[in-house]
This record gives sequence, C-alpha cells and structure tokens, in this order.
Amino acid sequence: MAEITLDKVVKKYGGLDVVHGIDLQIAHEEFVVLVGPSGCGKSTTLRMIAGLEDISGGLVKIGDRVVNDLPPRKRNISMVFQNYALYPHMNVRENLGFGLKIAGEATASIVKRVDEAAEILGLTPLLDRTPAELSGGQRQRVAMGRAIVRRPDVFLFDEPLSNLDAKLRGQMRAEIKKLHQKVRTTVVYVTHDQVEAMTLADRIVVMRDGRIEQVGSPMDVFNHPRTTFVATFIGSPPMNLLPATISGGAVRLADGTAVPIPDRLSDRVHEGRRVTLGIRPDDISPVGHGLSQDGPGAEVEMEVELAEPLGMESLIYTRLAGQEVQAKLYGPRLVQPGERLSFRMALDRAHLFDAETGRSVRED
Amino acid sequence: MTATVESQRSKALKRAGLTALTFLLMVVMCVPGLWVVLSAFRPNAEILAKPPVWIPQNPTFDNFRKIFGLGTDQVAIPVGSYFMNSLIIALTSTAIALMIGMAGGYAFARYRFRGKGGIFLGLMLFRAVPGIALSLPVFIIWSKMGIIDTKLGLIIVYVSLNVPFTIWLIDGFFRQIPLSLSEAAQVDGCTRWQAYWKIEFPLARSGIAAAGVFAFLTSWNEFALASQLTRSTTSKTLPVGLLDFTAQFTIDWAGMCAMAVIIIVPALILTFLVQKHLIAGLTFGGVKG
Repeated sequence: MAEITLDKVVKKYGGLDVVHGIDLQIAHEEFVVLVGPSGCGKSTTLRMIAGLEDISGGLVKIGDRVVNDLPPRKRNISMVFQNYALYPHMNVRENLGFGLKIAGEATASIVKRVDEAAEILGLTPLLDRTPAELSGGQRQRVAMGRAIVRRPDVFLFDEPLSNLDAKLRGQMRAEIKKLHQKVRTTVVYVTHDQVEAMTLADRIVVMRDGRIEQVGSPMDVFNHPRTTFVATFIGSPPMNLLPATISGGAVRLADGTAVPIPDRLSDRVHEGRRVTLGIRPDDISPVGHGLSQDGPGAEVEMEVELAEPLGMESLIYTRLAGQEVQAKLYGPRLVQPGERLSFRMALDRAHLFDAETGRSVRED
Repeated sequence: MTATVESQRSKALKRAGLTALTFLLMVVMCVPGLWVVLSAFRPNAEILAKPPVWIPQNPTFDNFRKIFGLGTDQVAIPVGSYFMNSLIIALTSTAIALMIGMAGGYAFARYRFRGKGGIFLGLMLFRAVPGIALSLPVFIIWSKMGIIDTKLGLIIVYVSLNVPFTIWLIDGFFRQIPLSLSEAAQVDGCTRWQAYWKIEFPLARSGIAAAGVFAFLTSWNEFALASQLTRSTTSKTLPVGLLDFTAQFTIDWAGMCAMAVIIIVPALILTFLVQKHLIAGLTFGGVKG
C-alpha cells in the first residue's frame, strides 16, 4: 500500500517561501496530477516527494513511513524526468536494468524483468540501441520502462510530455493512461498542461504561488471551480469573466446589461454585491447552435468580431460590456465578422465569483 | 553566365590563396621542429654547415647512442635518469592535479557554497600569474623546507600550476551533464557517490582526459621553474637536462637535438593515444544543443 501524505509541507529557498505548507492525501493506486502555471511549486512539491529537494517544514509520508530524511533510493519510487534523463552511455537494455543492477538483482532476473517491461512498452526491437539513436517518443517510453521495471510503490512524472510535439504528446498521454491501468501504482504527475491534467487524472490538484487552489476530480474542478484562477486555468478556451454588480435582482454588467441571477446561486448573493460572472465559451452560443437549449438561459445580442471554424464547431470572438468574450457555435454554419447574432447563455452552468477575493460565491 | 564563371574563378583563386597561406604558416611553424628532428640524425658538422644542409647526407643514430652511453663516443649526461625523473614528476603531478581537479570541478559545477564565485575567480587569477614570477618566493620557501632538488618539490609546484586549469576545464564538463542524470541514478537506487562514478564520471571522461593531457604536457615541458628548483640527477627533468649539452665554449647541438626528440616523442604518443577523447572533449560544449 502506498498512500502519500503531505502534511503542512513547506519549501524555502533562503528567505523565499516557494511552497507554503500544503496538505494533500493521495490514495493507493490513485493517479493525481499537480497542475499550475510555471513557478507555482508543483515540480518542487514532486521533488520533495522524490527526495531530490530538502523539506523545509512539515511531513511527507509514503505508506506508513515518514520519508523526510530518507534519500531517494530508500523511498521505493520511480521518476520520469522532463528531459527523460536516460543514461547516454548505456543502451536501452542497460538503461532499463540499471536500477535492478544497483539493487544487486541476479542477472537472469534482470533480463526477465527488462524483457517484460520492454514488451509492455513495445521497446523489444530497440533494446540494443543507445538513447541517441532513439526518437523523442521512444526515449519517453524508455524512461517509463526504467520507471516500471523496478516495481516501485510510487511513480513520479515531472512534465514528461512537454518536450514532444502535439501529436506524439496525445499518443504518449494515452500510453501513460494505459500503463497506469496495467500496473496500478500510485502516480503523482506534474504538468502545466490542463488537457493532460483533465485526461489523465483521477484527481487534479490545481496549484498557484505555492498553495493548493483546488483539489477534485477533473469534472468537479471543471464544473465547479472554486476561484477565478481555477476557472480560467482549467478548460480551453478559458472561462469568460465579466465584472458585474448584483442590482435589481439581476447580475448587471458594466454596460448595464442585466442577466438573471442563476437560480442555484440566488441565495448566495445580496443586492449591491460586486461579483464576476463566469461563463465558459461552451455555454454561450448563438441561439439554436448551443449544446443544450433546455434550462434557464439569457439572451444577449452581440456582434461577431472574429470566427474560427474548427470543423463541427466554430469559436466566435465577440464583445460584451466592453470585454472580449469567446463563444462556441455548434453545427455547420459559417459566421462572418460584423454579423450581429443573438447569443444564449446557459445560466444553469454560469458561475459567480466574489469580485474582491475571486472565490466562488458557492464557497460563502 | 560569364559573371557566374568569373565569380567561380575568383572563388577558386581565393581558396587556392588561402590554402597557400595556410601551408606557408604551417611551414613556418613546423620548420624549427623539423630542423630539430632532422638534426638529431646527423653529425654536428653537418648541422653547422654553411650553406645549411637540409636533408641529412649521412643519417645516423650516433647522437642517440652517444647520449645513452652506447658506442665508443660517449657524453656524460644521464639521460635515463632525467627521463625517469620527468616521467615520475609529470605522471604524479598530473594524477594529483586530476584528482583535485575532478573533486573541485564537480563541487563548482554541482554545489552551492559560500564564496564560490570568489574562489573560482581567485583560481583563474592565479592562472594569470606567470609561474616564473613566483620562482623566487618558491625557491626561498622550498629551500627552507629542504625540498630543493627533490622530485617532491617539483611535483608540488606542478600540481599547483595545473590545478586551477584542471578545475576550470572539468567544471565546464560537469556543467554540460544534466543534473537530472545524477538525480535519475539516485532515484534508481544509487548513492550520490555511485551516481558520480557510474553516470557522471563516464560522461565527463573526455573532458577529464583532455585536462589530464594538458596537465601532463605542462609538467613534461616546463623548464623555467624546474631549472631553478633542481640540481642533480635525483630531480633534474629532461628540459633542464638539455642545458647539460652547453659547455663554456661549445654546444653539442647534435646531442641536444637527439634529447629534444626524446622529449617530444612521449608527448606526441600521448596526444595521439588520447586524441579522440581530446577532440571530443574540446568540442563537447559546441555539439550539445
């Protein structure tokens, strides 16, 4: 059993706090993705779990053991690095077997386990090549092979796909997911790519400035962002955010446009409260071209500034209350810039955030 | 069409001119060495002949026989002892300088510590001081310590001459090796020490070999300090031994040239043996993206 527990974990570099006492519980066999922009402390957190960074405060536990002072080799973890970190002077077989050799495993057993790992990852024909003779995707697979061959308690991935091109990234993402389904090990995966986070994770941990902003399942984080930061970071294109005030029983935008208060939030706001209305591009569409026509909605007329056809859907750039708003048009229809269209907002999927704190009014 | 032909012709001319110039420069650089080598295989009379005789008329190994005390005509110069002294001093000082250089270079490349920048700058500044400027204080201190005319005395001098350069060179090589390789090895079960020996050291080997060759050649060829700090066959090195061929009124050019060849050959062989590492080492920074 390899749960991971972070208890008020702090990282300081000199006087600079990089990670501010985070708490996190990761279950056995769970796939957790730490996601956030550069400098949010996600890689530092992962490296503290790995033992590659000293822990300035708090406790890190793997299973029942506090590992704060254990070197990486005693934590029974494997790690896949951003630049793969394959040993350039060893061939693939030696790279895969290195950890087992260091552990003093018998040669026959090393050969067997390396062959098994190579089989799982389709590396068998490449075993005698050196890393320099491999493509980016193959190197990535060797790095994963090196991680699984030791049968660790925990896999750590540090932005493993960020050096690959978009197509390969998609393929490798699927391979990582399949690998996890096969080997069922606790995984902590760091990325700045919200698509990777959404597609891979059992649970997403959104980080910002060394703090955890939100933890939840991908759909929970997507559907119920707790802050404007999470709302704009998860989901592509990002959620539209419009400053507004609660006035006359409606959400009134800067230009006076009134939008009804979403029913489920009506008891959370009071007259005069300054808020931010959040609505995803998927939930604001030209009438008749949205995802759903049911449920409460509000219609506003807006002028199309730009339309990007994406096949079955188009991304429309328009303007509301002086701010750029992105909307989605579903179904085949060409839209021209300058066209005025009536857009429908799906209010049951709209969000309200406090204008000052940026926190969802649901949290009050 | 004509313009193209003309431009091609001018290009060819330019290339020919450059080749000729390079050849000329090479000749200028090689002539003294060539003259020494040629002179090692001919008698003194031929060396001093006017007009000069370029190609030995009567090639002979007599000069070598003479300085090794073989044959009838002997020169009382203990070349064998000088050779052994040079070898012992150069190899020992190189080995020590490399050990310090590897540890120091690794520390500068991988660790953060107080005064790191200052110490590194200090080492580089020390390199800028010409060794001969230190000869007097070194002589006084060495004589007080009683290590004038000992191999140990020269070894210490050469180690301190070579250490800054080996640290600087090896530091550069360790910097080129991504830190994540050592981290991956540690996650794979290595101690930091094992990660160094099994991963980082093999990758920096070219650089370490290059640093070693430079250190060896510096010690092997050094004359100025050695001539001050050595007296007898217990410590005199080959370059200092060359002076034995000069007497008050005569200079035995033939013997001197033969001994010069003996000095050059091991250095050439060593450079040839490690040339692959040397080139890989010296271009390492350039080929990595």
